[in-house]
Amino acid sequence: MEAGLSVLIGLFFAVSVYLLMSRQIVRIMLGIAILGNAVNLLIFTAGRLTREVPPVIPEGALTPLEQTANPLPQALILTAIVISFSFFAFLLVLAFRSYQELGTDDANEMRVAEPAGEPAPPQGY
Amino acid sequence: MAVSSESVDISHAMVIAPVSPADWLIVAPSILTILGGAICLMSRKDTAAQPRIGVLFLMLLVFATGGLFLHVLDKGVVTMVMGRWLPPFGIAFTADLTGATLAFVASLVAFAAGVYGIVDVDGSGRRYGFYPFLLLLMTGVCGAFLTGDIFNLYVWFEVLLIASFGLLVLGNERAQLDGAVKYALLNIIATTLFLLATGLLYGLYGTLNMADIAIKTREFGIDGPMATIAVLYFLAFGMKAAAFPVNFWLPASYHTPRIVVSAVFAGLLTKVGIYALLRIFVVLMPEARFQLQDLIALVAIATMLTGVFGALAQTDVRRLFGYLVISGIGSMLAGLAIGTTPALAGTIFYAIHSIVVMTALYMAAGVMNAMGGSYSLRELGGLYAASPAFAAVFLVLAFAVAGLPPFSGFWPKVILVEAAITTGRVWIAASILVTGLLTSIAVGRVWIFAFWRGGPEGTPDGAAEPGALAAAPGLARPVVWLPLGVLLALVVFMGIVPEPMFQVTGRGATTMVDPIGYVRSVFGDSL
Repeated sequence: MEAGLSVLIGLFFAVSVYLLMSRQIVRIMLGIAILGNAVNLLIFTAGRLTREVPPVIPEGALTPLEQTANPLPQALILTAIVISFSFFAFLLVLAFRSYQELGTDDANEMRVAEPAGEPAPPQGY
Repeated sequence: MAVSSESVDISHAMVIAPVSPADWLIVAPSILTILGGAICLMSRKDTAAQPRIGVLFLMLLVFATGGLFLHVLDKGVVTMVMGRWLPPFGIAFTADLTGATLAFVASLVAFAAGVYGIVDVDGSGRRYGFYPFLLLLMTGVCGAFLTGDIFNLYVWFEVLLIASFGLLVLGNERAQLDGAVKYALLNIIATTLFLLATGLLYGLYGTLNMADIAIKTREFGIDGPMATIAVLYFLAFGMKAAAFPVNFWLPASYHTPRIVVSAVFAGLLTKVGIYALLRIFVVLMPEARFQLQDLIALVAIATMLTGVFGALAQTDVRRLFGYLVISGIGSMLAGLAIGTTPALAGTIFYAIHSIVVMTALYMAAGVMNAMGGSYSLRELGGLYAASPAFAAVFLVLAFAVAGLPPFSGFWPKVILVEAAITTGRVWIAASILVTGLLTSIAVGRVWIFAFWRGGPEGTPDGAAEPGALAAAPGLARPVVWLPLGVLLALVVFMGIVPEPMFQVTGRGATTMVDPIGYVRSVFGDSL
């Protein structure tokens, strides 16, 4: 089970890195979304997979009776999902606004903050 | 049969004793800033009240972190566990001297920025939330400096990141959107890599508590997975700290927002990355640092030199200062590469110096723009004639950033160069010295063009028009002298009386290199 998921995670990383190297902002955003999912799956797998036994201590006992699913990765992933979701929402608006203002979503053409071919600073008075 | 909770001895799992009031100081910075941010947010349409609430809470933050600093100085490392669960299960907040000192200095800088913002941020900037964002940024910064849990560190990084996005696009101008896109994308990739490394670390050791990880890495030594994790952390925090070659987001964005926002960013954000690097590579994985030290040294030298060459090539003073931020990061990384206790103390000292002096330089750039009407070295001029006092302030800051005595930049460079030479790393020492020389040329050029030259480019030598700039509005008003004065006093104090700083940073570095005090603070004295 872990091995299968590891291969899947590797695929996710490959796809996201490919998309991140693109020049189009939209593609980079897709890459970031997939990267986030890859990392979430990785945390899930890193917590070891134990199926279908909820980590609940039955009434009358002090410890779980058998090995239960690890609840911590789920808590971590939930946190990470909420954070990456809100970031992604912000990024979408930011990308749209910058497309409106700059008229391009090609990272190479976004040169407003750092204009190409600026003259050198003054050498003397 | 149900077990009643009274019949179970919970002292093996939970903290029974009440937390002492002084220990609440550890979470006070986060609580205060979240509270202040919420109040500011609720009253954001009341643009007159915004600065009052914001500055009030920033002042409370300074008191809280100052109190925490004194408490840690007195008692050593202090820990507070959330939900009373015993570590490593409860999320721990652990303040050691390094974290507490950095949190204190960062709060001072944020307070100065809050006061500076009264003038620099107009009504629309206040309505769109400058003060809430600044307070929440400080939540993230202080949380990152004080947390003792590595996943929690990730959360604080995200808090400060989202607040910094808000500050960066305040104003909604074209250049800001352009800069913000690059800043946001690259920083999100960096934090995702940080999360990735944390996930792998959890898979390896089954714990997220920093003290627990520190014990386990020393127990198990270094192996393949751990080296991978270390490199991932170095890449992630290197991006955060703007280390070469993953620092392109910084010069693309730091000159675009309001000058007070640039000042806060230049002071605080990259230094949180440096702090995280210190925490990971000195406290958590000392062996990984030993393995990677040549790589770190190369990155440090490249960061120093590319930073300062970038600064030499700039016409816009804000972009010039942005490159100086990068070059300073190189010097801090040099201390990490050397790795001895004095060198790490030098890194901490340099980080504190850089927090103060870079913020002050950006604030001075704002005043230069208000007086001279531009940020460009071609159009500035005659500032010395307009205000000799301000010229003196700038000269002090220029000396400090270049590492010339008797100001704050001199001592950390002395420590770092000495540590580099005693450990036989002559190249690091040489790069620090060359960087210092080139930095003096870069800031000296600002001095010559903006202050000495009588007017804009083309003004003949000796032709000054004193008084022409004196009636400048906005940032030339006296209220900006308070924040600039506070930071300037710190720069001069650290330069002339460096002994307290040597003590504090030396002790801070010792606690990090030998984290027994840190571990005992979390797990009790039995270990």
